Amino acid sequence: MRVLLVDDEEELVSTLSERLKFRGVDSDWACSVKDALSKAEQNIYDIAVLDVKMPETDGFKLKRRLQESYPKMKFIFMTGHGSDNYYHIGSAETGKEFYLVKPVNIEILIEKMNDVLQKQGGV
Amino acid sequence: MKWFSKKKDHRIQDDENNRLRKSHELFNFRRIWLLSFLLTSGFAIVPVIFFAVIDYNVTERLMLSETVSRTMRLTSNTWRSVAFYLNERQSALQFIVKENSYEALNEPRRLAEILENLRQCFGGFTDLGVIDSDGLQRTYVGSYPLRGKNYSGQKWFENVVSRGSFISDVFLGFRNVPHIVIAIKHRTGDGKFYVLRATIEHNLSRILSEINTTFQDKMKVDSGRETDVFLINQTGIIQTESLYFGKVLEKNRIPVPEVSDETKVVESKDQHGADLIVGYRYIPETPFILMIVKDKERLMKPWQQSRLELIQYLAISITIIILWILGITTYMIRRLKEMDKRRVKYLHMAEYSNKLASIGRLAAGVAHEINNPLAIINEKAGLVKDIFHFKKEYREDPRLMGTMDAILNSVERCSRITRQLLNFARHMNVSVQQINLKSLVHEVLSFLTKEAEYRSIDVVVDIKEDIPDFESDRGKLQQILLNIINNAFASMKTGGSVTIRAMAVPDSRVQIEISDTGCGISQENLRFIFEPFFSTKTEAGGTGLGLSITYSLAKELGGRIEVESKIGKGTTFMINLPMKLEKKEQSDASTASG
Repeated sequence: MRVLLVDDEEELVSTLSERLKFRGVDSDWACSVKDALSKAEQNIYDIAVLDVKMPETDGFKLKRRLQESYPKMKFIFMTGHGSDNYYHIGSAETGKEFYLVKPVNIEILIEKMNDVLQKQGGV
Repeated sequence: MKWFSKKKDHRIQDDENNRLRKSHELFNFRRIWLLSFLLTSGFAIVPVIFFAVIDYNVTERLMLSETVSRTMRLTSNTWRSVAFYLNERQSALQFIVKENSYEALNEPRRLAEILENLRQCFGGFTDLGVIDSDGLQRTYVGSYPLRGKNYSGQKWFENVVSRGSFISDVFLGFRNVPHIVIAIKHRTGDGKFYVLRATIEHNLSRILSEINTTFQDKMKVDSGRETDVFLINQTGIIQTESLYFGKVLEKNRIPVPEVSDETKVVESKDQHGADLIVGYRYIPETPFILMIVKDKERLMKPWQQSRLELIQYLAISITIIILWILGITTYMIRRLKEMDKRRVKYLHMAEYSNKLASIGRLAAGVAHEINNPLAIINEKAGLVKDIFHFKKEYREDPRLMGTMDAILNSVERCSRITRQLLNFARHMNVSVQQINLKSLVHEVLSFLTKEAEYRSIDVVVDIKEDIPDFESDRGKLQQILLNIINNAFASMKTGGSVTIRAMAVPDSRVQIEISDTGCGISQENLRFIFEPFFSTKTEAGGTGLGLSITYSLAKELGGRIEVESKIGKGTTFMINLPMKLEKKEQSDASTASG
């Protein structure tokens, strides 16, 4: 499985990517929407792990754009934000169980990745 | 000084708060009640009284004018009769002097015959006499020895000589009996004249009463009392017997009415000051004034009766109106008061949830800001640990691995705190689950057994077997119980006990009671314990959020929390939850605190 991590915190995504590699998960990371879109063009990703709040846009919009181009891609949200509003949108986009609040234990993240791949359908 | 002014400011603010609370709580309902009661009754009663007074006056005036006109009628009928009576007798005498010669009249037998005929035909005559121009009574028939009496000095004689005919008022005369005189002067052929004189004794009153029998009867029916009918002369001496105003020849006690050619009715007063209605008529060519006197008070008696009834009706209707208004006003004001109480309660609730919501937003903001760096620490520390993992010498160094675990655990702890803060703000969709209360309580207690053992706190669980599995949100219920049990633990030093009881209660609800034997909460603090940031253990690190969160969680589950506490004895929290979650309550809860 190949994973794209998108978060404006470079320190977070780079480290997370490295750790995932240790655990046999092939992952790339991006710190901006532009970066993320170009990475997605170059490689085929099974899963995108997205931050909800980013400087230019929010994770939901990015998710929709990626989904348009790559309908098979699965999504997990990872956010520090607990507001009701985001929670509802996030849950609707991916399902409640794939809307995670930081900090996330890496084992749980991997578990969720496996889960989301097994999930049927595009959403 | 600075400290002082700060403190003062604080106090002023407190006062302000109190005043505010009072002002949006209290209209002066007593005043409103009184005002609306007075105004409404005023508006209702004034017209009633107004119309009653008008009715009263109109009826009284009507009654009075009725009485006056009746008196008027009676008076003029009576005077006509009296005048006719006297006239008739005067004409009879006129006829006698024309029909008989002086000589014939001086014949006592003839005169006696004439008197007898007069009595038979006209009635009322007592005696008859012929008086020559010198005033000497030449012939007399009647029951007194009056023959030869000289009348030349008497007033009536002078009057008849000067006027030709005369009716006297009542006097005693030689016979010393009250009588009136009707006299006719007649000229004889030789230029001399003589006077025919007839008297009527006593009879006048009888005649009056006879004349008036018909009216009297009528009056009796009308007023229930006889009307006093009598004659007076122009100096006010009573001429015929009066029922109430004196005997014949006594001075009348009512003032003599003013001279008039017409029948008149006036109001007057008797010597006792009682109101009278007096009808009178000067009978022309006689000294008499016909007086018809009625007692006004008695006449108005039926009116007074109806006045009494009027006043009674008025009193009854006013009483009914006042009672009605009293009832309505009291009811309305009571409703108003209730509404206001409810309004204040809602206001208070709104204030409270607003407060919760803004604190929620603040907490969420803080949690978010902390979560991001926390995530970085988590990943970095995780990476270091991962790297250590691949090097055998590091992996087997317990100090290094221990340190890494400590860092990761601390991150975990921090994230628990931020998550709690986020939970406070965020209302996760209530995820309905079937819950077995007993297992849930034991789950919660498993977090606390260590602490309980360590502090030798006795935990008693008494959950009734008849509680069915019910629908609720497991996570939230757990949190509620955890918070309250934590509080119970915190209220005790060492020793003591916590009892958790649960039972099914009517309306398919569950009641969970958590009692401790701790320090208790004072009555004044009890009011605030569900307020955010209210804490009595700030020094011990309490945030003052626990119970506030618990409160809003319970609300979300459609439940309520009550507290009872006694200082030094302990506290009991009573959580009452529905066995089925209602949709409405969920959405209420999320709008209330979203």
